[in-house]
Amino acid sequence: MEFFPHHKVYDFMKVSRFFIVTTLSLAFVSIVLFFTHGLSYGIDFAGGTVVQLKYEQAAPMDKIREALAKDKLFSGAIVTEFGSPEEVQIRFASTTDGVTHDVGDIIRSTLKDSGTFDVRKVDIVGPKVGGELRQKGITAAVLSMLGIMIYVGFRFEWTFAVASIITLLHDVAITTGALILFKVEMSLDVLAAILTLIGYSINDTIIIYDRIREELKSTKDMDLMHVINTSVSKTLSRTILTVLTVFFVVFTLYVFGGEIIHGFSFTMLIGLIIGSYSSIFISAPFLKVLGFSVEGYKNKMALKEKNRLEKAKMRSQYEKGTV
Amino acid sequence: MNSTGKFNYRLVIFLIAIIFGVVMSMPTFLQTQKGAKVSLGLDLQGGLHMVLGVKTEEAIKSKVKSIASSVKFFAQSNDVIIDDLRAIEETISFSLLDKDEEKKIDEMLKTISGLQVNKEALKYTLTLSDKEKDLIKEYALSQAVETIRNRLDQFGLSEPNVAKQGSDKILVELPGVKNAEDEQRARELIAKAAHLQLMAVDEKKQDRSATMSPTEAEQYGDVILSDAKSDHIRYILKEIPILDGSMLTDAKVGFDQMQQPVINFTLNSEGAKIFGDFTAGNVGNRLAIVLDNKVYSAPNIRERIGGGSGQISGGFSVKEAHDVAIALRSGALLAPVTMLEKRSIGPSLGADSIHASLMALVSGFVLVSAFMLFYYRMAGVVANIALIANLFLLIAIMALFGATLTLPGMAGIVLTIGMAVDANVIINERIRELLRQGMPITQAIEHGYENAMSAILDSNITSILTSVLLYVYGTGPIKGFAISTAIGISVSMLTAILGTHGIYDLLRSRIEKSNHNPIMWFGIKRSH
Repeated sequence: MEFFPHHKVYDFMKVSRFFIVTTLSLAFVSIVLFFTHGLSYGIDFAGGTVVQLKYEQAAPMDKIREALAKDKLFSGAIVTEFGSPEEVQIRFASTTDGVTHDVGDIIRSTLKDSGTFDVRKVDIVGPKVGGELRQKGITAAVLSMLGIMIYVGFRFEWTFAVASIITLLHDVAITTGALILFKVEMSLDVLAAILTLIGYSINDTIIIYDRIREELKSTKDMDLMHVINTSVSKTLSRTILTVLTVFFVVFTLYVFGGEIIHGFSFTMLIGLIIGSYSSIFISAPFLKVLGFSVEGYKNKMALKEKNRLEKAKMRSQYEKGTV
Repeated sequence: MNSTGKFNYRLVIFLIAIIFGVVMSMPTFLQTQKGAKVSLGLDLQGGLHMVLGVKTEEAIKSKVKSIASSVKFFAQSNDVIIDDLRAIEETISFSLLDKDEEKKIDEMLKTISGLQVNKEALKYTLTLSDKEKDLIKEYALSQAVETIRNRLDQFGLSEPNVAKQGSDKILVELPGVKNAEDEQRARELIAKAAHLQLMAVDEKKQDRSATMSPTEAEQYGDVILSDAKSDHIRYILKEIPILDGSMLTDAKVGFDQMQQPVINFTLNSEGAKIFGDFTAGNVGNRLAIVLDNKVYSAPNIRERIGGGSGQISGGFSVKEAHDVAIALRSGALLAPVTMLEKRSIGPSLGADSIHASLMALVSGFVLVSAFMLFYYRMAGVVANIALIANLFLLIAIMALFGATLTLPGMAGIVLTIGMAVDANVIINERIRELLRQGMPITQAIEHGYENAMSAILDSNITSILTSVLLYVYGTGPIKGFAISTAIGISVSMLTAILGTHGIYDLLRSRIEKSNHNPIMWFGIKRSH
């Protein structure tokens, strides 16, 4: 089975200008959204309480809201159905710090007249812990980008490293934009998904860069556009197929994995699509934007080779004792 | 028949890895008694996860109080007359009446470590050095960890985990908690200060117990505490206790004449001596037994009480008496604890999560392996063998590390399925490219592996990098995700690269026999 005709070279560069402009503006809009609307942080990062209940019958939403309204501890509580009509999730900003008597116990007694229910989950994150988790999350995200940039810079040219980081930032920005748009809460799981995406979506980019470098070595072609088009076309099936297998499993997680990890699987789904798109349409064409020149590269390589040969010559002379 | 390299080192390593994986993952799959297993995280089996804060500054205050107690005891037993002994917040103050005794008391104060003595004429002010305070805080934290661990061990829950976190936090994980009642009892046991004090009732002031204000009591060096059963009954007690629970050696549940549960406690020799001396000198007065700042009883002292044993009575239920005895035996918490984070998951939710994630695992595996099979034919079969080996090895290594499987950890395993075959996709696409150029299959395989190597390494290294960062900076269940993806991807380099290569080496003769049929082996038609 084959998805793509293997000998065809697509003209990605012709459309790349359009794609770069469109999605970089999309990324920009996401960043603006981030600052104007902001992400809705889950209790992991914002602190607060989440209680999940399962009633024997359909959950009496009005009764629950009414009962909660009587206590100002629950002010601003958001009551939502969670996966099925019997299950509800109640979320509010306040927490208690007593060990023996906590807000979970209070909610149990507050709602005892609303029907028979089972308390399935109580999560209380105090403000101090929330702040720490937020700090750690940001550190992890920044460090992984830096780590990748250093790695790519070490393996390739600096132009490649910069282009790959711009691609990554683009992916993270648009994924975050989607989280804001679809009102997905930023939680530890979602953060894990974003970090995984950072580590994963660079993969396709690396494969394309690897091929560009190979192509640069073997070809006499001085036109960067041609080199990129050939490289991206030749790796196209690889790029699509690797993403496809991961897409399969993320899709099953989304469908079967349950409500609890929806945030994770949703983020992965969006991020995978954005990531593979950007590998093809942004990462390589962006080299041109950054002013990467085939001639410059070849000269540099030639110089390197010359230096190497010179050194080898010096050494052999030294060993023979002529110097 | 050409049989070169039929059985090769790659295959041998791969087979050893498979055997290792299958054998070591068996305890987990069969849930046997023996052997290293992957245990389920709290989010999958249900249970209680808490991060507690320790108010270490309270430990300093109580240390100051206990120093004041020893000063008082020393003065009384050596006939040194001191006046106005106070312990307020972190400072002790008193005045010495007779200048001739100055040397005696100074000698005694020198024996207390980290004490800073400030003297103005005969008025003493005692404080603790900063270094000593830090030591006390540190000790309070490790003592709290020890004490809570002791209590939970005696409580009878399975596998409680209590660990220090940072400089002032404690992580408590209780997988055994299955319902709200158990959880409540466990939480009460953890947080109980279990601070036992024997205090003298200030008989001269006790008449005014109903009206005296706490600030007035403080002026007399007294403290007002209420009765355990009724807030209306109040006692005026000497602020500095006669002795406290630190001198206690044992506490057991017993029954009094009315068949009510009581707690019988025994004091060590020092405590017994202090207790004996005090009761001898205070016949006719009352002695209050105070637990966590509530007076449980205040009997009249009829004679000297030797032997160093006493009783706490006061309307406990049997369960309560049992828990109080555990708390007393394992010692008082030097510093109170507060709840910083709590995650409590009911067992039914855990079971649902296991079910859901298993569904995702199975269907993800079926989708991916079916795809590989249809797209690559035999090469797909080879990749699928490696994938299965990968899963066994992943579980085996997690079991060896004693890792716990959390819900995000399960997601990590599902993700591994999709990512592990990526290496095979990259290799197979390379091989296909070479086949199209007309290379014979066996040669294309060798070149394909060689060429694909650097790209696979690059991509796996970046993925492992983010997993490691996630492990270092993540908490709780997320660490489980980092572990399973990091192990899964590392293992895939063994199975998906080395393992599949070994299989092709083994099949070399068959490939040649099939006349290098590319449609059968790699799912493409030769274009030339």
